[in-house]
This record gives sequence, structure tokens and C-alpha cells, in this order.
Amino acid sequence: MSAAVRENPADKYLRKERMPSIWCPGCGIGTTVNCFTRALDASGYDLEKVAVVSGIGCTGRVAGYLKLDSFHTTHGRAIPFATGLKLARPDLKVVVYSGDGDLSAIGGNHLIHAARRNADLLVVCVNNLTYGMTGGQVTPTTPQPAIASTTPYGAFEQSFNLPHLVASCGGVYVARWTAYHVRQIAKSMGEALQKKGFRFIEIIAPCPTLYLRRNKLGEGLDEMKFYQEKSVVMNGADTREVSLDFRDEIPVGKFVDIERPTLEEAMESQLSKALGAKYVPYSLPVKA
Amino acid sequence: MSNANSSGVLTGSHYLDGDHACSEGAIAAGCRFAAGYPITPSTEVVERIAARFPRVGGRFLQFEDELGASIALLGGAWGGAKAMTVTSGPGFSLMMEHIGYAAITETPCVYINVQRAGPSTGLPTQPAQGDMMQARFGSHGDYRLIALCPNSPQECFDLTVEAFNLAEEFRVPVLVMLDEVVGHMTEKVVIPPAGEIPVSPRRWTKKAPGEFKLFEPAEGSLVPEMTMPGEGHQIHVTGLTHDERGYPNMTIAAHEKMQRRLFDKIVLNADRIVKWEEKDLAGAEVVVVSYGITSRVAEKAIQAAKEKGVKVGSFRLITAWPFPEKQILEMSTKVKAFVVPELNLGQMSLEIERVVGGRCKTVGVPHVGGTVHKPEVILNAILEAVR
Ligand SMILES: Cc1ncc(C[n+]2csc(CCOP(=O)(O)OP(=O)(O)O)c2C)c(N)n1
Ligand code: SF4
Ligand SMILES: [Mg+2]
Repeated sequence: MSAAVRENPADKYLRKERMPSIWCPGCGIGTTVNCFTRALDASGYDLEKVAVVSGIGCTGRVAGYLKLDSFHTTHGRAIPFATGLKLARPDLKVVVYSGDGDLSAIGGNHLIHAARRNADLLVVCVNNLTYGMTGGQVTPTTPQPAIASTTPYGAFEQSFNLPHLVASCGGVYVARWTAYHVRQIAKSMGEALQKKGFRFIEIIAPCPTLYLRRNKLGEGLDEMKFYQEKSVVMNGADTREVSLDFRDEIPVGKFVDIERPTLEEAMESQLSKALGAKYVPYSLPVKA
Repeated sequence: MSNANSSGVLTGSHYLDGDHACSEGAIAAGCRFAAGYPITPSTEVVERIAARFPRVGGRFLQFEDELGASIALLGGAWGGAKAMTVTSGPGFSLMMEHIGYAAITETPCVYINVQRAGPSTGLPTQPAQGDMMQARFGSHGDYRLIALCPNSPQECFDLTVEAFNLAEEFRVPVLVMLDEVVGHMTEKVVIPPAGEIPVSPRRWTKKAPGEFKLFEPAEGSLVPEMTMPGEGHQIHVTGLTHDERGYPNMTIAAHEKMQRRLFDKIVLNADRIVKWEEKDLAGAEVVVVSYGITSRVAEKAIQAAKEKGVKVGSFRLITAWPFPEKQILEMSTKVKAFVVPELNLGQMSLEIERVVGGRCKTVGVPHVGGTVHKPEVILNAILEAVR
């Protein structure tokens, strides 16, 4: 983790005994975690009631560093784990924190279905345009023709426009920022924490060790400058217009902020409508 | 051990198929969270759960696939609920990664597998017992778990309750391994009054946050206590090798310590876990070892062999894993042979052969599945074995 995060007042939200983290210098993941702790701090929530769930990857390690009830699950399956956790524990705020590969490749099916059913989860997706943990392979978000270890001659597939994917599946809050936008990320996370339903924040973040180096794009700091120059705030934009192209403009902002019944609300209302007095609502597990 | 909560228990005498009996067993055991994905011949379990749960305060969700269902129940279990999922054949294969995750994270949970003939899509949806070794070793890496094999709808009820109890007692995934015939056969099932159904509650720690370690065995035990999120413990649960706090620890020493205990908590407690049913073992020359539906077919063959004057006993595996090594070993010094009919080309018979170590014969009676054995085939194997 970068020195900035280690000396941060956000320290009280971190498992300090686990520092230093595994993250490389200049990696964007720590920056997003810093923003998350600020959002938590500002929220005034009872932190005992916030749980974080990660999949596998460099970003997947976030769960292990946050001083919250935290679950580091399997590759791609943070969302269904979190869906189960939230259904069993409606009193908790459940946050999924994972990488682009984890959430949109191996976990893509869960992502679209959780958005469709409006599972009451905040999903933070750190999109570094690559599989960091495994050495920089191509992911569904790698723009063509970026070089990755498994596309040594350049990526050739169309990449996902994640905000559009999630919005068209029914997500109620969809935003994108870059690791440069620390205040906006914290604000967005704070806003999304207050909301119910499937909320998705994509953060474009540098992986200097693999993605930047392999594409000869400089250091983490150079990338921050690039984000600063190339980001275009497009709040409320039609998500069809926010796809990312290689080294092109980066549309950022809050694209979607709507209301619709959550999975839990829809389930409860349908069951009580159908069963009337026979419906016995779920109650929280008690310690016998 | 306490007793079932009367609210959900369908006390009385019913005609149920094995699948539905599993659903009722789960409800009686206190299961209030289930995740599923349809696959014949297991779907009836979740169909009944879907109908019954909203009337007993449970939550069921059908997921987008078995990968999701098989970890959603772990989310539910960590939330504090008793949780299960149900599948068959291809779905069981998809669930393997999460059975391993449940094992390493010591998550109390139940997976029900109604076996059908495979590999792959195989013979949907005819019976088989081809997943017995997969049940034991199907997830990568080394671990131990518990697997039970009911042979009747009544036992589907009883063993599903037992599965939940063992899951809590040992913080381990427990598999209930039906076969298609047991899952679909309808028989009388007597569900006792709630007060007579023993139920193991989760072993909640009384230790305070900071003092409690989620993966430290409780005093005098090999199994750690539990807590749930939302109580200030700031637990960390990971599928990485971890220390007693649950923190990743990438050393061989930590791996050795963790793996040993995961192994020992099952293997060294085999006497408390293993259940079987024996008949006429005294003086038997041949013992038929069977499980699930095959044990019901074998009964006919055993009867016929007795009529021919053969001294034949029966040993039915109720617990497949951990394997009743001690019992088989003891018998192996007294009998001429074990006869092992099963709906696969030799799985549990391999384990018997290993335990017996040549002390007596092991005569497999393999059958590819699709149907059950003809009793005469088992009879012939008994007659052959006694010679
Ligand atoms: C089932 C499975 N397949 C593959 C892997 C290997 N693996 C670990 S992390 C990872 C990629 C993670 O990429 P991403 O989600 O983008 O996270 P990042 O490391 O970039 O933050 C892969 C493929 C795994 N752990 N499990
Ligand atoms: S490999 Fe890339 S994503 Fe992973 S920690 Fe290093 S810089 Fe970050
Ligand atoms: Mg990535």
C-alpha cells in the first residue's frame, strides 16, 4: 500500500496488524479504500453493522484489510455470497469490493442477476483493466488494442461498458470515477451507502506494475495526470455513451440514481400478498 | 442439544417422497435459509422449501446457477442462519469449489445431492451412486467432511436433521447423499413432536470481541466456537490458509496447523460421527456392505442366501464419510468375504478393500446405474464369495 494510506487518519478502519498490504507502490486500490473509509466516517453508521465481501484478486484483498466483519470468498462469487448474507441478515449493510475480472468475467452472471433482482448491495468495482493478481492478463474491460500477457499482440475484443451493463440490468445507482477523483469517490460511496438496492460504483484505477508497464504508460502518478486530463464529468449521461476506449476520454460521474423495490422488499410484498395471514416473515437469527 | 422449535415441525404420519422428507427434515432442524438451482431428481426438495419456508419464517432464493447457490448458502450460514442447498449430477460438480471453501472456512452447512447416473449429463434422471468418491474428495486440496446415505424417505428426514446437527457440532459441510430412487420413492414418514427431535444449536461463543478467535478450537475440543457479523467481533473469513484469527498466513507451518486440525476434527471424532445398521453379523461368513437404495435390494438377496443355508450378515453404511474403518476392520478378521453391491463400477468397495488389506475377500458387485441391481446378481455374488 502507498505511504499515503498508511499515515492516513483512516487507519482506524484498517486492520493495522495486517499492514503493510500486498499492494504495489502506486497501485490505485489503496486510494479507493482510503475513500471508502472516509465515506464510512462521514456516514456515522454503526460500523458493527457494515460487512464487506470480496472475491479473489488484488482488489479482493480489500476485505482482509478493513476492520469490519469481512469475507474473502472465491473468485467471482462475492455477489452471491453477499446476497445470501444480506438475505439472512437484513440488519447489515453489505458492501462487495472486488476487481473488474472478478465481478465482470467469472462473476459476470451473478453481477447481471443481482442488478436485475435489485439485491440490496453496494458493489465497488476497482477496474484496473487487467487481472492484476495473476500477472496482467486480458479481462472483459481491457480496451483494444492494449497489451496484456495473454494478448501480447494487443487486445482484440470489444470491452464491457460496465455502467451500461449494470444500468441496463436494473441497477439503481451507477457511477464511475477514476482514482484521481478521491473526493467524488468518497461522496459517491457515501451517497450509495445511504441508498437501498443494487448500487454499483466503478473506479478506474492504475495497475502500474502490470497494465501501465506493459503498455509503456509510465508510473501511477503519470496515470493520475492522465485521468485528470482525460476525465469528462457527464452526470446523468445515457450509459450507452460512456464506454471506454484505449487512452481516450474517460466519461465519469453519477449516471443512474433511481428507486425501485429491492429483492427483499419484492419478495416480502409478493409473499404477504399471496399468503396473507399465513405468511411468517423471516426474523433475524438469535443466539440460543 | 436442545429440541426442535415446534413452529415449523410437521408432526404426524405422512406419505412423503425422499426429497420432500429432506425438506421437512431441514425445517425441523431449524434451517431457515436455502439457495437452489433446479435439477432433476433433486428439484422437489427446493420446490417444497419454496412453498413451506414463507409459512415458517424461512428465506429461499433460486439463484442463477449452482456456483451462486452453493456460496449463497454460505453467506446465509455466516449471517447466522442454518442453511442448505440441494443439487444433483452436473450441479454437484459445479458446487465443488464451495464445498472446499466451506471446509476451509469451517462453515456449518448442508449440501444435499440426489445422485443420478453420470458422468456429465449422463442418464437423466436415472439412479446411480456414482458420486461417492466425489463427495469425499471432489473439491481440490485435502480436507475431510461428513457424508450420510439415507435408504428411505424416513431416513431422509432423520438424516437431514442429523446433517444439520453434525454441521454445527463440527463446523463442517455435511453432505446428504441420496440416490434418485430414494429421492423419488414415497413411503410413510413419521415426524415426531418437536420436543422429541434433538437439534444442535450453533455453538455461539461467550467470549468478548478481541478475546474470541474464530478459528481457535474451543477448550477440550478440536472445533472452534462461532459468532456472527454485527456483534463487534470484526471477524475475517478467508479461503486462504489462515491463522486462528482467520488472517491469511502463507507459511507451511500455518498450513500444517490448519490442515491437521481440519483433518483431525473429523477423523479423530469418527466414533461419534459414524453410524451404521448391522444384521446377523454373529457367525456370518459373508457380510454384504451396502448403502442407499442398494441396501434395500440387497435385503432380498440376503434373504435368498439365508434360505440356501449361507451364513450371511449385513452392514449398511449410514455414514459413508468418515468411513467406518474400525467396524470393517474388526469384521474382516472374522469373515470370508465382504460383498459390496453399489450403483457404480466400484467406489466404496475400493475403500473396503483398502481397510481390509487382504484379510478377507472383497467382492464388488458393480452396476452402472440407470436401474437398481437385480437381487439375483447380488445373490450370485454372495454364493460365489462363500465358496
Ligand atoms: C476459480 C478461479 N479461477 C482463477 C483464479 C485465478 N485468479 C486469481 S485472481 C484472478 C484475477 C483477478 O482479477 P481482478 O478481479 O480484475 O482483480 P485485480 O487483481 O485486478 O484487482 C484470477 C484469474 C482463481 N483464484 N480462482
Ligand atoms: S499488481 Fe497491479 S493491481 Fe495488483 S497490487 Fe500491484 S499494482 Fe495493484
Ligand atoms: Mg483487475
